[in-house]
Amino acid sequence: MIKNPSRAGGCLARHALLACLLLVALNATAQTPATSDAAPARTEVKESTAEHGKFSQLKKPFKTGEEVTEACLSCHTEAAKQVMATRHWTWDYVNPSTGQRLGKKTMLNSFCIADRSNEAFCNACHVGYGWKDDRFDFSSERNVDCLACHNTGQYAKIPGLAGHPAYQRMEYPPGSGKFVEAVDLPKVARLVGKTSRATCGACHFYGGGGDGVKHGDLDSSLKQPDRKLDVHMGVDGGNFTCATCHKTESHRIAGSRIAPTASDPHRAILRGEKTDRNPASCQACHGDQPHKPGPSAGLLGSLTLGDRLNTHTRTLACQTCHIPAFARGGVPTKMFWDWSTAGTLDADGKPFQKKDEHGHVIFDSKKGDFRLGENVEPDYVWFDGRVDYTLKSDRIDPARIVRINTFHGDAGEPDARIWPVKRFRGKQPYDLEHLTLLVPHTATPDDTALWFNYDWDRALAAGTAAAGQPFSGRFGFVETEMLWPITHMVAPGEQALGCAECHSRDGRLKAVSGVYLPGRDHHLLLDRAGFGLAGLALLGVLGHGTLRIFTRRQRKEHGNG
Amino acid sequence: MAERIYLFKRFERFWHWSQAALVLALLVTGFEVHGSYSLLGFGQAASIHTTAAWLLVGLWIFAIFWHFTTGEWRQYIPSFDQLGAVIRHYSYGIFLGRPHPYRVVPERKHNPLQRLAYLGLKLAINPLIWASGIAYLFYAQWRDLAPAWLGLQEVAIAHTLGAFMMLVFLIAHVYLTTTGHTPLAHIKAMITGYEETH
Ligand code: HEM
Repeated sequence: MIKNPSRAGGCLARHALLACLLLVALNATAQTPATSDAAPARTEVKESTAEHGKFSQLKKPFKTGEEVTEACLSCHTEAAKQVMATRHWTWDYVNPSTGQRLGKKTMLNSFCIADRSNEAFCNACHVGYGWKDDRFDFSSERNVDCLACHNTGQYAKIPGLAGHPAYQRMEYPPGSGKFVEAVDLPKVARLVGKTSRATCGACHFYGGGGDGVKHGDLDSSLKQPDRKLDVHMGVDGGNFTCATCHKTESHRIAGSRIAPTASDPHRAILRGEKTDRNPASCQACHGDQPHKPGPSAGLLGSLTLGDRLNTHTRTLACQTCHIPAFARGGVPTKMFWDWSTAGTLDADGKPFQKKDEHGHVIFDSKKGDFRLGENVEPDYVWFDGRVDYTLKSDRIDPARIVRINTFHGDAGEPDARIWPVKRFRGKQPYDLEHLTLLVPHTATPDDTALWFNYDWDRALAAGTAAAGQPFSGRFGFVETEMLWPITHMVAPGEQALGCAECHSRDGRLKAVSGVYLPGRDHHLLLDRAGFGLAGLALLGVLGHGTLRIFTRRQRKEHGNG
Repeated sequence: MAERIYLFKRFERFWHWSQAALVLALLVTGFEVHGSYSLLGFGQAASIHTTAAWLLVGLWIFAIFWHFTTGEWRQYIPSFDQLGAVIRHYSYGIFLGRPHPYRVVPERKHNPLQRLAYLGLKLAINPLIWASGIAYLFYAQWRDLAPAWLGLQEVAIAHTLGAFMMLVFLIAHVYLTTTGHTPLAHIKAMITGYEETH
């Protein structure tokens, strides 16, 4: 704290303790905590031991992303092999608990539905260069895109270019009259660095085709959030990057939305500890008894608030109380997407958009109708980490809302907790004969894509053909639902939910069954009998009392008379 | 001319009134926790309820100890002598201005109806509330050992049943305190210790 020891010494020598304290206090307030170590005159020291800008390998007139990758790999010899072993590269995953083949390559969702036939567009978010169809070479190391995650700015993969950035100035989106500048690859290459909220966010904030669309708890407001929005990532809070929690080893990134960690009933992981636990869980750092226990620590049966809250960890995910709402950063998230109105054109046969009062698109001829939400109170479900998905080969029952994914878990199971989720609803195409969800061809400009021709028949024929899906030619739209676990945008402790948010007749957990929740639940018959009896007792004593007063008056009158 | 007898010793009076305050607080906060209304907010209600519950448990332990060391527990041995007369008094004689048939003396300060009611309170209502309340408090500690039929819901139902019984008791009890020779006579007795009889 004391910047200048000699000044402090002199100050003590004069016994001017008060003035000294004042000085220290002034010093302390003048500094930010991060720089308050005792070091005298600090010279700027880089965090990394390597200054990539000084490497001759990177001082080259790179023309393509692949050339940059080759330069990276000339030193980082194993990096591409590591990346290629991850889902960021394969988009393919077999769920060990269900055996289902998942991963973006295979799965469907209820947003843009599927990447097949749209690869050049969707796969802008693949960590590679050139995936535009089935012929992509997954074994070529130079196809790995190092810059996607390791740039420190001014690098963007443009949808439509199959994972490449713009090597020339180009109009984007096509026909919009807006232009993106050519990427300055030599500069971006010299400025490489660690991943950041911006690099991860370049894809993960924009899932589902736009800012905040998909997750609800991930959007561009998390690039520079304040701690009120996210206590960990807040620039005035922990200033975490994504990788602070999603601890990465050999390019394997911890955490998964397909096979999430729904409960982690253990103490915090110690530094260096050998463990199979997911380092991205809350408990990995905070432990499963994170609230300050009272001196009685359970002896008096959760007498203190901390003890009482700690017993809640057996039932609730941390996120349930600590993320009071999602989409809190000013970016709305899609809550509903009706594809059935896509293709509707205006009176002149032209595509059009409708916007809400905030200027957000709520109808687009390409995509149909949307409903958006901000500051959305989550839904809550029991969840034990097992999820299965309706795949494009699965038969559906169109009479009911089709669940694109199903969260498993029952009350009381040791692994199940009550979790906050975004419940995303919509309508999407399905085959009236085969009863399967259908993959449309939407995004790359040609004479079948929905977004360029507004013709569902051609779009579905092309999409299903690319996806290897049978298509009868007869299709309808079925209501679907998809759940997204809410786990980011953790608010500061003082904004966590108060008790009565759930402990009340009409609280947030109204629809969650399988637990007795004081304040919400009561035995109707017992209540009727109990209050009835109390009411009768009250009537009885009132009647008795009235009769006493009345008879005493009468006696007095008689006595007097 | 009025006769004064010393009925309630200092500890008894302290015990009675602090118990009354705690039970009242427990009823008010308990039924808020139950969801019947919102007054203080669930969290506040639950925390006051827990604190008051522990104070009451402490008080009861003291009182039980006191009753046994002083032999006062004998006051609650049921007696059916004159029970009929007391019942007839409350249902009939009181309206005619007849005097209470039971003569209070310090060794037998409760009439047979009181004896039964207080014994019921001490042997049925209190233990039910106490046991279910403690089970409620320590639910987190025993839930994994419990048989399938016993969960928080069953505990809460037992506790709420006890609370309703307490509520009904309280209503009757408070009313009956007004049935002395003047409406406040019994209440004064519990404050000063001295009961004035006719
Ligand atoms: C005159 C005494 C008492 C009354 C009238 C009373 C009444 C109530 C009521 C009506 C509830 C709500 C039950 C529900 O809906 O689930 C409740 C909750 C509770 N009571 Fe009592 N109670 C009394 C004494 C006690 C005692 C002695 C204990 C423990 C030693 C206790 C512990 C609890 C606990 C732990 C809860 C649950 C509150 C929470 O969730 O924090 N109570 N009480």
